[in-house]
Amino acid sequence: MLEIKNLHAGIEGTPILKGLNLSVNAGEVHAIMGPNGSGKSTLAKVVAGHPQYAVTEGQVLYEVNFKKINLLELEPEDRAREGVFMAFQYPVEIPGVNASMFLRAAFNEICKHQGAEEMDPIEFDEYLRKKMKLLDMDEKFINRPVNVDFSGGEKKRNEILQMAVLNPRLMVLDETDSGLDIDSMRIVADGVNKLRNKNNAVIVITHYQRLLNYIVPDFVHILHDGKIIKSQGKELALEVEDKGYDWLIK
Amino acid sequence: MSKANEKMLNEKTIQKNTLSSREYKYGFFTDIEMERIPKGLNEDVLRLIVEKKGEPEWMLNWRLKAYRHWKTMQEPHWPNFEYGPIDYQGLSYYNAPKKRTDNLKSMNEVDPELVKTFEKLGIPLSEQKRLSGVAVDAVFDSVSVGTTHQAELAKVGVIFCSMTEAIKEHSELVKKYLGSVVPYTDNFFAALNAAVFSDGSFCYIPKGVKCPLELSTYFRINAAESGQFERTLIVAEDSSYVSYLEGCTAPMRDENQLHAAVVELITLDNAEIKYSTVQNWYSGDKQGKGGIYNFVTKRGKCLGKNSKISWTQVEAGSAITWKYPSVILQGDNSVGKFYSVALTNNRMQADTGTKMIHIGKNTKSTIISKGISADESNNNYRGLVKILPSADGARNYSQCDSMLIGNKCRANTFPYIEVKNSTAVMEHEASTSKINAEQLFYLRSRGLDMEGSVSLIINGFCKDVFKELPMEFAVEAVRLLEMKLEGSVG
Repeated sequence: MLEIKNLHAGIEGTPILKGLNLSVNAGEVHAIMGPNGSGKSTLAKVVAGHPQYAVTEGQVLYEVNFKKINLLELEPEDRAREGVFMAFQYPVEIPGVNASMFLRAAFNEICKHQGAEEMDPIEFDEYLRKKMKLLDMDEKFINRPVNVDFSGGEKKRNEILQMAVLNPRLMVLDETDSGLDIDSMRIVADGVNKLRNKNNAVIVITHYQRLLNYIVPDFVHILHDGKIIKSQGKELALEVEDKGYDWLIK
Repeated sequence: MSKANEKMLNEKTIQKNTLSSREYKYGFFTDIEMERIPKGLNEDVLRLIVEKKGEPEWMLNWRLKAYRHWKTMQEPHWPNFEYGPIDYQGLSYYNAPKKRTDNLKSMNEVDPELVKTFEKLGIPLSEQKRLSGVAVDAVFDSVSVGTTHQAELAKVGVIFCSMTEAIKEHSELVKKYLGSVVPYTDNFFAALNAAVFSDGSFCYIPKGVKCPLELSTYFRINAAESGQFERTLIVAEDSSYVSYLEGCTAPMRDENQLHAAVVELITLDNAEIKYSTVQNWYSGDKQGKGGIYNFVTKRGKCLGKNSKISWTQVEAGSAITWKYPSVILQGDNSVGKFYSVALTNNRMQADTGTKMIHIGKNTKSTIISKGISADESNNNYRGLVKILPSADGARNYSQCDSMLIGNKCRANTFPYIEVKNSTAVMEHEASTSKINAEQLFYLRSRGLDMEGSVSLIINGFCKDVFKELPMEFAVEAVRLLEMKLEGSVG
């Protein structure tokens, strides 16, 4: 589904990713771990199309429904419409914009692009409530402005709700566990697990192993200095938890 | 939402989607034969205007008094903006299309060139095409060229006509109320307007009548080196109601043009006037060249008890905006409201806000102001809430929010509060926020395009004001802001 080839990218002239390769198939969960500053969040942002990051070399090939595209050639909104979703490490507040109205607008844009029927407010409300029930979420999430006055944990849960509603094929979780207490983390992980199926894939970016107890990865990749230096099964995460990153870097 | 409104909204959305130009689309010039008096301002010019318009003696005297007073006054320079000197002798104070019949029997007699101009502006005047729910008075440079639906309104006793016609046909009413809210001594631009005003609209809603149509005036400045000085007077008798809309545009020119208008509203017992404006005068180019200098005095007087006046404005044009739609709350239990969105981009400068003067008991006022500044513009809110000793139990709620787009724009808030009665309750809230790249990326990463993302943020910010506008105007306002901000964000 996703094939990243020799990806070089940076911000304001500083190179961060220096030849990254990664291959993700439908139905898989990949964890990306690594020390601070290794380029984890940059990877997420480049895949989602953050305009501040410049790609200098490489390709990000994405394949859905037998259609192969280079994501790097698409605007962020077009990537989203093709089924790419990034859950933000720091979800952004949008004052005055009702969360449910925003989600419906986004949902309908994606439907329009994929040739599906758009929903009117009543249909969408019903659909949204179903998704909220699935994630055990409070009604307050949809009646308030997007992320405004949300706690850290609520913001992260709201990201997962958006993900559930927009129903992406490729889900990238950028440090979704940071700032979450253990209960919130369990709820978030539970939500992600409910959304998993054989047609979609998850990339979990995390600093710590503990989230991976709940979202169990098929592969763990260690990112260091803009490159993946080791890939293995889920046991690698435990090893890193135990020994730190130093033994891998040297 | 009614079916008709819904349909209109859909149609407008379709129009919006096909509209891709960033240009000021009302910037065209209509080339028609004009009757124009020589540049300059003196007592003979006033006499000439009076003669052209066939006004009675009392009007001439009124104008002369105002002019003589104006000559003793100084142009105010306290607003927080800068502009070059205005050459009052370099303007022509009367510009009217030549082909004009003074007593139009039907709108079909209006010069087809003018009809075409207004049609291009989205204001169909002809009887076949005119808007069904809205009566329009079309003002072109110095004169009203026609007013629709007059007969229909007359059936319920509503008078809706040009000021020129009102001075002739309804002189008792005009004499009684003209200058009663904004006297010519009020300020420099009000005095100038009183001396030289050439037209405007007059509305009179009799006792107990809920005006069956929205009334509106569309102001178009066309001629070069001219000024537009119009005067609007709306009187709502006991227990009557009217909703009035105002729109304005002008061609793109490199020189600045002066617009100095006066609007007076009067409500008697239990009456209500809802006044809405979408101001889209030409605002100059990116370098700040050209554009309208908009110096306007708008004020309403809640004369009667339980009466209500609300001003809703979307100010998106003009090189300079100087405007403080105000309410004098004289009748007990009267209510004044001010809802404003002021958008500045490029090098536009705005100093705008309101005054709420509480005189009667238990009077209430609400102020919601949203300022949006982009590019290198300068956007100021200036507001006064004054509670006089007589105003027992007065209440005011003010909320002033500013949004900045980019790093080179400015926003200021100048709230003035004078309370002379200890029973008054005042609340004031203010905030400043910024549209930033992260917000836009966030929305785009969920599937909304750039335009949709900006519009969502702006709509969210302005929601409390837009919901006060009549449906057609709200759609227009949203579209206007989107167009203005295209290219400023990102």
